[in-house]
Amino acid sequence: MQTVKMVVTGPFAAGKTEFIQTISEIAVVSTERQISDFTSTVKSSTTVAMDFGRITVDDDLVLYLFGTPGQKRFDFMWEILAEGMLGFIVLIDSTRSETFREAKQIIDIFRSYADTPFVVAANKQDLEDAWPPEDIRIVLELEPWVKVLPCVAKDKESVKTVLLELLYTILESYDHN
Amino acid sequence: MALKGRLRDISLTQLLNLVKLARKTGALTIEGDQGRVELYFKEGKIVHASLNGDGDLARLLLKFGRVREHQLRTVLQQLSAPNDRELGLRLINAGYISRNDILYAIRRHTSDVVLKALSWEDGKFHFEPNKPPPPERIVVPINLDSIVLEGDQRQKELATLREELPDLNVALRFTENPSTNLSKIKLSRDEWRVISFINPRNTIAQIAKYSGLDEFQIRRIVLKLMRNGLVEVVGQPTGRPRPAQAAPQGVGAGAPSSALSSGGAPSSHRPKAPAVEKNVVRRLIKFIRGL
Repeated sequence: MQTVKMVVTGPFAAGKTEFIQTISEIAVVSTERQISDFTSTVKSSTTVAMDFGRITVDDDLVLYLFGTPGQKRFDFMWEILAEGMLGFIVLIDSTRSETFREAKQIIDIFRSYADTPFVVAANKQDLEDAWPPEDIRIVLELEPWVKVLPCVAKDKESVKTVLLELLYTILESYDHN
Repeated sequence: MALKGRLRDISLTQLLNLVKLARKTGALTIEGDQGRVELYFKEGKIVHASLNGDGDLARLLLKFGRVREHQLRTVLQQLSAPNDRELGLRLINAGYISRNDILYAIRRHTSDVVLKALSWEDGKFHFEPNKPPPPERIVVPINLDSIVLEGDQRQKELATLREELPDLNVALRFTENPSTNLSKIKLSRDEWRVISFINPRNTIAQIAKYSGLDEFQIRRIVLKLMRNGLVEVVGQPTGRPRPAQAAPQGVGAGAPSSALSSGGAPSSHRPKAPAVEKNVVRRLIKFIRGL
C-alpha cells in the first residue's frame, strides 16, 4: 500500500486542526493540552504535538494530513513533518493581520526545507473582518503563481477545494520539470 | 471587506503598496499616539490626506505662503459655507493666486501627511473601501511611488539622525563663539521657528511640540544648527554630532522596506514535482472530488 503525506501549517490558532478534522475520515489524532501562557487568551487549547488525519483512497493508496504545531517553540518538529511531503498548505487566519508576518516566515522556512508545491489558504473568509486573499498575497509578497485561496476550515467543500487546488498545483509541477 | 490591523504588524509602506497594486479606492484611517490620519485613494492613487482633521485649502495656502491673510479674509467673507472649490475659484478670479498655487499646496500637504504617518511605528489602521473624500475638499490624484520612496529614504535618514542625536529630552543654547561665518547660513522658516524657542529651559522635544514639527524634522533642523556651530546641547551631550554625511545612494531604491521580510532567502522559482507517480496525484484528485 502506498501512503502519501500533505502538511498543513500556519501560525498559531489559524484553524489547522479544524481544517484536518473537516476532511479526515478518522477522528483527528492530536495532542491537545491546556496551555497556560499568554496565548491562552486566543485559544483555550492548542496543538502541542501534531494533528494527524487520514483519507483512504482505496486499498492501495492512503493520504495522510499532518498539522504542524501552532506554537513557535515546537518548530523543531516542522522539518521532521516536512520530510517526504507531497505538498503543503499554509493556513492563515485572514482576520488577524498581526499573524501575517509569522505566516510569511513559516512559508519561507517550509520552502527552505523542500522545493515542494504549496498553496496558501486564507481561512475565516466567512467573517466580516477577513482580509481578501489577493490583499494577503500582496502583503505576503508572494509570487503570482502561488495560489492564495479563500477558505473556511469548518466547511467541507471549502477544504476540498483547497486540497484539490494543491493537487492541481502538484500536477502542474510535473509539466514544469 | 474592511482591512484592519496595526502598523507594528503591517507597515504603512506595505499598505500603500497594497493600495497601489490592487488599485484600491477608499479611505485609510490610522489612529496613533500622534493623532489621526485619514488618507483617501482613488484607483490606487492618493487624492486627499488630513492629519487631525486639517487639510482645508485656506489653511494650506497660508501655511505654504501662497496667499496673504488679508486676501484670504476678503474672499472668505464672501462665502456662505466653507467649500475649497469655491474658495479656490474666488481666489483665482480675484487674481490673488493661480491654479498652480492650489495644486502645489495640496500636493505638498498630502505628501507631508503621508511622510509623517510613514514615521509612525504603531497605530490602529482601518481601510474602508469606496469611502469618498469629504465633498468640500479639492481632490488631486498623486502617484504613491515617489512618496513611498521618499518615506523609505527618510526612514533611513532618521536612523542616522537618531544615532547622531539620540536624546531629545535635552536643552540647547547658542554657542558663545560660532565656528562658521553666520552670514553664509541660510535658514528656513521652520529653522527660524526652532531658533526662536532655543533656551536652556526648553528641551528639544518641547521645541518640536511648540513648533508642530515631527521627530524627523526637529532632529534634522537641530543637527543642521549644531553642525553649523550655532547651537550646542546644554550640559553633557548624549550624542556627539558628526560631520554631515551623504545618504547612501541606490540602497533600497525602488524597493520599499518590508516589515514582513524574514531575512531568509526562499526560492522564487516554481517548486519541483514530488517523487510520486503522476497517476497517484490523479487518483487523489478523483477521490477528493467525489467526497
